[in-house]
Amino acid sequence: MTAPSRPRVVIVDDHGLFRSGVRSELGGQVEVVGEADDVQPAISMIAERLPDVVLLDVHLPGGGGQLVVTALRAALPEVRFLALSASDAPEDVIAVVRAGARGYVTKTISGTDLVDAIRRVAAGDAVFSPRLAGFVLDAFAAMPEASQDRPLFDPELDQLTTREREVLRLIARGYTYKEIARELTISIRTVETHVSSVLRKLQLSTRHQLTRWAAERRLT
Amino acid sequence: MAARADARHDGEVQKPTGSGPPQDQTSWSGDDAGYRQPAAPAGPAGPAGAAPEHEHWRAWHRDGMTPPWARRPRGRWARGPKDVGPLRRRPEEGLVSGVAAGLAYRTGFEVTVVRLAIVVASLFTGGFVAVAYVVAWLVMPAIGTDTTVWSQARSDRRGITLAGGLASVLFILTFITQLLGSGLLATVEWPLILCPAGLVLIWRNAPGSEQARMRHLAEPLLGLTTDRRWSRSWPRVTFSVVLLIAGTVILVDGHKSIKMLAPLGGAVLVLAAIALLLGPWWLGIARDLVEERRARIRAEERADMAARVHDSVLQTLAMIQRRADQPQQVVQLARAQERELRSWLFDGRAPGSLDDENITFAGGVRRIQQEVEAQHGVAVEAVTVGDCELNDDLGALLAAAREATVNAVKWSGADVVSLFAEVEPEAVSLYVRDRGRGFDPSAVPGDRKGLAESIHARMSRRGGSATVRSAPGQGTEVSLTMPRSAGERQPSRA
Repeated sequence: MTAPSRPRVVIVDDHGLFRSGVRSELGGQVEVVGEADDVQPAISMIAERLPDVVLLDVHLPGGGGQLVVTALRAALPEVRFLALSASDAPEDVIAVVRAGARGYVTKTISGTDLVDAIRRVAAGDAVFSPRLAGFVLDAFAAMPEASQDRPLFDPELDQLTTREREVLRLIARGYTYKEIARELTISIRTVETHVSSVLRKLQLSTRHQLTRWAAERRLT
Repeated sequence: MAARADARHDGEVQKPTGSGPPQDQTSWSGDDAGYRQPAAPAGPAGPAGAAPEHEHWRAWHRDGMTPPWARRPRGRWARGPKDVGPLRRRPEEGLVSGVAAGLAYRTGFEVTVVRLAIVVASLFTGGFVAVAYVVAWLVMPAIGTDTTVWSQARSDRRGITLAGGLASVLFILTFITQLLGSGLLATVEWPLILCPAGLVLIWRNAPGSEQARMRHLAEPLLGLTTDRRWSRSWPRVTFSVVLLIAGTVILVDGHKSIKMLAPLGGAVLVLAAIALLLGPWWLGIARDLVEERRARIRAEERADMAARVHDSVLQTLAMIQRRADQPQQVVQLARAQERELRSWLFDGRAPGSLDDENITFAGGVRRIQQEVEAQHGVAVEAVTVGDCELNDDLGALLAAAREATVNAVKWSGADVVSLFAEVEPEAVSLYVRDRGRGFDPSAVPGDRKGLAESIHARMSRRGGSATVRSAPGQGTEVSLTMPRSAGERQPSRA
């Protein structure tokens, strides 16, 4: 699927100031077709306007951003979600990504980078911020142990390949996809494939490390 | 001296061919005289003598006909295209001095291959290649500089005396060993005398970071460390046991025949005479060595203090100058600095030190992020993977990281600096990256304290390493790695 030149975007955030800020920053490069400030209004607006990409705040008054994703994921598979947050508590970020968001960026992201991220998500790719890359490396770091309650794990889903780790490390170090491609002498397309594959693992892996890890992080 | 020049010569001929094609081996695997001959008249033009063999070996690759023996391992041997330009040591990439790394860059071989070639060649030539290595260390400038260790050592009269004293002691020792009829050490006597003498000169005259590395390598052998753990002292103990057994065997061997008793008695007399004659001089040298060590410790403490003052007081003064138009902030900065300085001077808490509170490594990284953001108003994006307890080594790593971050914030002009730290079982690595204006690392003058002292030296004093990757207009990335010692590798995750 090719990315539309001007993706249609809905912004979901409870801060009006932030919404208008993003709207002006995105300028003419994307078409903002709607704004919402909470879970329920967002669900109905997205179902009505059918945008390409939803910019979704992780924290909403009526519950986490993942509620919006869960409610619409099955019915509207062609709508893609890009999670945004200011504070990044790992459990919230992992929750919204596991619910089905195609990526995660922090609110400190620059305007051009945000447009770039929206385009990527609209094209079906995954977008990882350095922070998310760090979370994923951390969560997948410990080797899964075959425990009694779950003696078998799926290496396809529960482990990252060496290349995927390399790509994630570089993302965490602040490299763009282009810089990663140059560093590892692979094509940008391959970098995108690796990131998408990591995203798939993150969403589908049932290893309890993921949930347990996120829960442990809450304590620190 | 003749032997020395000759040896140096050999070393340069041999290093490339040692890892070169086996065809060439016939030219050096024979007896010593055989392979030394062709290059001998060339004198200082040693490398030129080796050129034809070299060219021949290059030609294989040019013609695209990979010889059969090189087909499989070639990818592992060759490190890539050859580096043009003068031959330089690369202390940053070397294990000991960077001579091998420099040769690797120059010849296009993998550095491990060059190292192995040097070691193997040293064994085969009875140690003369090792002498050549030490000489190369003395006369080859480190990359990015033009001064050699030798140019420093030439004016170091005390060091020359020390080297001479050591050489004379070693000479007499090997002389006596030979007198007692042991062939064990006889074959390696000159290298055994010249190498330590050369190392003494290097030790006294190398730049600080190289000294730190030498100390790190020599600590377990010399027992200079205060750490009395078996893991640190076993090389020394093993070495002395070997010497003891060898000596006993030699003596017992000598006593077997009554004829040996006479020379033995003679040797003892000669030894006594020499000890009487030169003893006071040697004692003086030994005293000098102790004094030397004290001075070095003082210098190191001074350097540590200078680095800390640079990180705290000088940085604050620089910020005060930049914000001279905002009196409120200036007062705030001055007050914070005063508090920090007081707690350092009177409570013994080092500025920027983190061990005053019980925080982990990841906590330390977060603190750097918060403090730099608060002080400089530039966003710092910090990502940590894994966590572990802090120790002195990791404290030094954090201090270096803080300095790198502050540098990036101050000089790069970028509006966000990325900090990525990963705790792995063997090592902790930390990357500080910005997309700012960048600079040419080789063009930074040596007296710029920030990069040289606070980052490089701080890391190498603790056995870690730091590399800076930057180019004008392309941002900067500082990579810091600190190995973790065996005792603390159990995974600890917060």
